[in-house]
Amino acid sequence: MGQRIEIHLPENLADLRGPLRTILIGIAGALVGVGLFTTIYTVPAESQAVVLRFGKYIETVDPGLRYKLPFGIDTQEPVQVKRQMKQEFGFGTPGATNRDQYSLSGDEQEQEKSMVTGDLNTATVEWIVQYRITDPRSYLFKVHEPARTLRHLSESVMRTVVGDRTVDEVITIGRQEIESEAQAQLQKKVEQYELGLSIDQVQLKNVNPPKPVQPSFNEVNQSQQEREKLINVAKGEYNKEVPKARGEAEQKIQAAEGYALKRVNEAEGDVAKFKAVLIEYVKAPEVTRQRIYLETMKDIVPKLGRKIVIDEDAKQILPLLQLDAQAERRVR
Amino acid sequence: MKPASGCLILGLVVACAILLFSAAYTVQETEQVIITQFGKPVGDPVVDSGLHFKTPFIQDVNRLEKRILEWDGHPNEMPTKDKTYILVDTFGRWRISDPKQYFLRLRDERSAISRLNDILGSETRNSIAKHELIEVIRTTKDRVPERDETLAEAPGTIGVLYPITAGRGVIEEEIFKKAAPKLKEFGIDLMDVRFKRINYNESVRQRIYERMISERQQIAERFRSEGAGEAAKIIGEKEKDLLEIESEAYKRVEEIQGAADAEATEIYAAAYNQSPEAAEFYQFVKTMEVYQEALGQDTTVILSTDSDLFQLLKKMKPAE
Repeated sequence: MGQRIEIHLPENLADLRGPLRTILIGIAGALVGVGLFTTIYTVPAESQAVVLRFGKYIETVDPGLRYKLPFGIDTQEPVQVKRQMKQEFGFGTPGATNRDQYSLSGDEQEQEKSMVTGDLNTATVEWIVQYRITDPRSYLFKVHEPARTLRHLSESVMRTVVGDRTVDEVITIGRQEIESEAQAQLQKKVEQYELGLSIDQVQLKNVNPPKPVQPSFNEVNQSQQEREKLINVAKGEYNKEVPKARGEAEQKIQAAEGYALKRVNEAEGDVAKFKAVLIEYVKAPEVTRQRIYLETMKDIVPKLGRKIVIDEDAKQILPLLQLDAQAERRVR
Repeated sequence: MKPASGCLILGLVVACAILLFSAAYTVQETEQVIITQFGKPVGDPVVDSGLHFKTPFIQDVNRLEKRILEWDGHPNEMPTKDKTYILVDTFGRWRISDPKQYFLRLRDERSAISRLNDILGSETRNSIAKHELIEVIRTTKDRVPERDETLAEAPGTIGVLYPITAGRGVIEEEIFKKAAPKLKEFGIDLMDVRFKRINYNESVRQRIYERMISERQQIAERFRSEGAGEAAKIIGEKEKDLLEIESEAYKRVEEIQGAADAEATEIYAAAYNQSPEAAEFYQFVKTMEVYQEALGQDTTVILSTDSDLFQLLKKMKPAE
């Protein structure tokens, strides 16, 4: 800082000559350079910068080319407000730039995801929290290690939410509700803690029963499928036989109805014919009878097998006839 | 004169500068400062950030944290009231509310953390021992759990939340209320204490696993037996339906045929019974029909000459 003192003494400067003068001009030039360099700064597009004067907060400025007082009187600290950050619990995606993104040790991750549920069972829950910085001033100055505090809060909130739910809710049916409930609670806590953050999302990842218990959970699923299968097979059998039987029953009934129609129609036909003939018969019964008789005989007699006409007085020869000759002939 | 006065002025300026730099100090937004004179705090703590001045040389600047600090407890194994051993991991927030007191009693953060460990550790232990496990796990008293439809009527405690009287929040508050006054005298303002993790210890965990397994197996058994039962029911239904369908069809067939037969009979009877002549004629015609149908190739007829057909064979005039 001795250089600065010499600047304030111009009468000395005038007396100096030669190499000393060159040195002084050089120093002055360097000072101006450093001054400019520490005055102008840019705030990147995804950030806001917090400006401090002698360590005291002055303002928060938006992206662009900015000026401040030089030589460390004003300092600025950029904060990436537009960037969404992520914390992972119970697992870690390697290659994170943010050191609070996940716990490094596997043992720690195991501890993070192991939880007790409200029915005193246990479950392993992996989740992520996505957040961004909304208030750079709070983020920088209110809380020591805000990201780590967020990790603790997130674990505490997730266990509170899981602790109020049954293991089945946690693993299957209640996932969405847990996410939204955890987000709401976490947002409230973050505001209460003045972390300067806002929680965009809480997302459950793998949620499972503990490893040793998993086979029995799978068994439940399997038995559920088995049940469905048994029921389906039985239903299949039902469907194979019953509709067919219905059809067959319908067929029999239709046939019976057909029979009924036929029977009645035939009766009516027979009767109509009979009545028609009867009218004529009544007019001349004897003749008609004879005619019908003879017509019938004319029809029948030629078709008959053996015809034997015997005299009414020779009835005694009857036993001599070989009545079964015709039958024998047929066998041959 | 010139070199001498020049040197004098230079010396004076240097002295002023040294004085100025020894007197001035900055306080960051994240800091608060205690000024000590020969090691003893003087004046009020400086909490406003920015440029400040002190008596040069004899006063020192001691910087303390102004932000809210975290306390991350070690996981500790402890029993609950129902003698279940659990691992409890807590965290809390605190800040230096009375820098002078804090500076006198503790001086630095490390001793503050060790004090917090002692006090919060023992208060946590006390509170946990006074409550059943479920009280530490659950928070909301009146929450009704959603139930998995497929697991409805499941045996045992599946899908049931154990009831609580206090809950996690109340116990956290209890620890906080006990610990906060004890920390006040160190110039520490405890802001809150929360449970971060609560887990079963290894041996308890094995028991819990066994219980979970047996519960799930019961559900599985139930599903299987339900499946078999349901299938048997369907097969039974099938048999019943088949018998019903067949017998109903039989009944309808008989009814229909019977009705038709009756109707036909009625029609015939009405026609044939209308007069004696009709009855007689019917009998005659029907007899003729029967002859036509009954007599054929394999019939042997022996007709006598006194039959109606052949009487003329013997005499011309039919017998009277």
